[in-house]
Amino acid sequence: MTVVSTEPEAAVAVPAERPRLRLSPGAGRGLLGWALPAVTLLAWEGLARAGAISANVLPAPSAVLAAGWELALSGELARHIAASSGRALAGFAIGGGAGFAFGLANGLSARSRALTDTSLQMLRNIPHLALIPLVILWFGIGEEAKIFLVALGVFFPIYVNTLLGIQGTDPQLVEMGRIYGMGPRALFVRVILPGALPAIFTGLRYGLGIMWLTLIVAETIAAKSGLGYMAMQAREFMQLDVVVLSILIYAALGKLADSLARGLESATLSWHPAFQRPAATGRRAR
Amino acid sequence: MAFDSSSAPAFTLHGVRRSFGAKRVLDGVDLSVPQGQFLAIVGKSGCGKSTLLRLLAGLDRPDAGRIEIGRSGDGAGQAPGTRIMFQEPRLLPWERVEDNVAVGLTGIATGPEARARARAYLAEVGLSDRAGDWPAVLSGGQRQRVALARALVGQPGILALDEPLGALDALTRIEMQRLLERIWREKGFTAVLVTHDVAEAVVLADRVVVLEEGRIALDLAIDLPRPRRHGSAEAAALEQTILDRLLGRDG
Repeated sequence: MTVVSTEPEAAVAVPAERPRLRLSPGAGRGLLGWALPAVTLLAWEGLARAGAISANVLPAPSAVLAAGWELALSGELARHIAASSGRALAGFAIGGGAGFAFGLANGLSARSRALTDTSLQMLRNIPHLALIPLVILWFGIGEEAKIFLVALGVFFPIYVNTLLGIQGTDPQLVEMGRIYGMGPRALFVRVILPGALPAIFTGLRYGLGIMWLTLIVAETIAAKSGLGYMAMQAREFMQLDVVVLSILIYAALGKLADSLARGLESATLSWHPAFQRPAATGRRAR
Repeated sequence: MAFDSSSAPAFTLHGVRRSFGAKRVLDGVDLSVPQGQFLAIVGKSGCGKSTLLRLLAGLDRPDAGRIEIGRSGDGAGQAPGTRIMFQEPRLLPWERVEDNVAVGLTGIATGPEARARARAYLAEVGLSDRAGDWPAVLSGGQRQRVALARALVGQPGILALDEPLGALDALTRIEMQRLLERIWREKGFTAVLVTHDVAEAVVLADRVVVLEEGRIALDLAIDLPRPRRHGSAEAAALEQTILDRLLGRDG
């Protein structure tokens, strides 16, 4: 897990110095993560202004920002972001929903698993981006093509991890639930699903990454709107600032999606030792 | 003595047999336990003591013979017959301590009533102040106390204990034995403790049964005053009798 783990810090710190480190809590560590990007941006701006980086290779951050501002004022930026986000979300909802449903069904029912798991595992080994030519022939370059590709890409990480999570349910807890008279519904809601959640979140975050990746490729190859299309258009006209802008927006959207998933994760998994902040673990009993 | 041997039996086993494959784990066990008795079952590993407990708790069925569970007390009739406590606490890590205790009220009580009863039993095991904690932050002994509260909150007639103290350190173990004895004397349920610790059996039980090769090899009444202390001379003598029986056939 990459989230709120204090272990590495504790391992490096000399015991006597630990209280001093503890003075900068989560917020400080969060800011520290932004230091490197900030320094990089400043260096980039400085080098571009000094003429060390040609504007034909990499425009300065200020130029990128200016291009972004211009596109934002014309409403074009919002239109492209909306188009891309709409595809991403639609594809994610379809593929993620189906992956989750199959993961649950195959985790809970041996018959369902026997029926579909082998086929799904075979399909999983086809790189979904290799289907692009086929998808273009099927759907043309319309919305369906991109949504289909995103859904396909997102399906497998969510399916595999949901299945893994459900199969990893502690049989002793299930037995306990049965002894105390829990019906199948209560067993699922109180024992099986919460136990599978950490694995499901791993699948969710992995799926979000694949979602953006697929969308970038699909939009670059065949689209009439969206960030990928914006970048390809800008390339035609040698607008390097817009190309860089769209790359940065992709990065920001990806980061946003991941942060949302992480927030959801630490809110739902607050019981998990890996997600307990030092204040909570401080009460640990003898 | 805490029980009246003339009272109706809490449960009776008639010629109970259970085999797993070719191995006959229980080979015709007859046993009648009066209500409110504290019974300890000791024996070597694989003597069938855990199997007996699982049969009693309804987690398994005998191949032959009968198990009769008596009517439990004069309660409202909603009380569950038997609860079992395992060596592992088996708490739900994603539910707070109080909600874990309330699992013991599944189908009996919900909402504020369940909450109030769960809290009352948490107080009984000395963990009122941990009601809102996650199980992960509790010590092993505390977790086992939560499991005890969960087992008892539904007021079962019989509490089956499958080496519940086996994984605890020596001091926590003695604390837990005292707690168990106190609660048993207060609530008056029938307790069946499976253990490999002869000293524990003698300090807790009214009666110790030794299982050997699927049969009852020794049935010994422990008539010592309560609360008991570890290491008294009478207890030591009884322990020796049981140990001789357990180890005798090896020599």
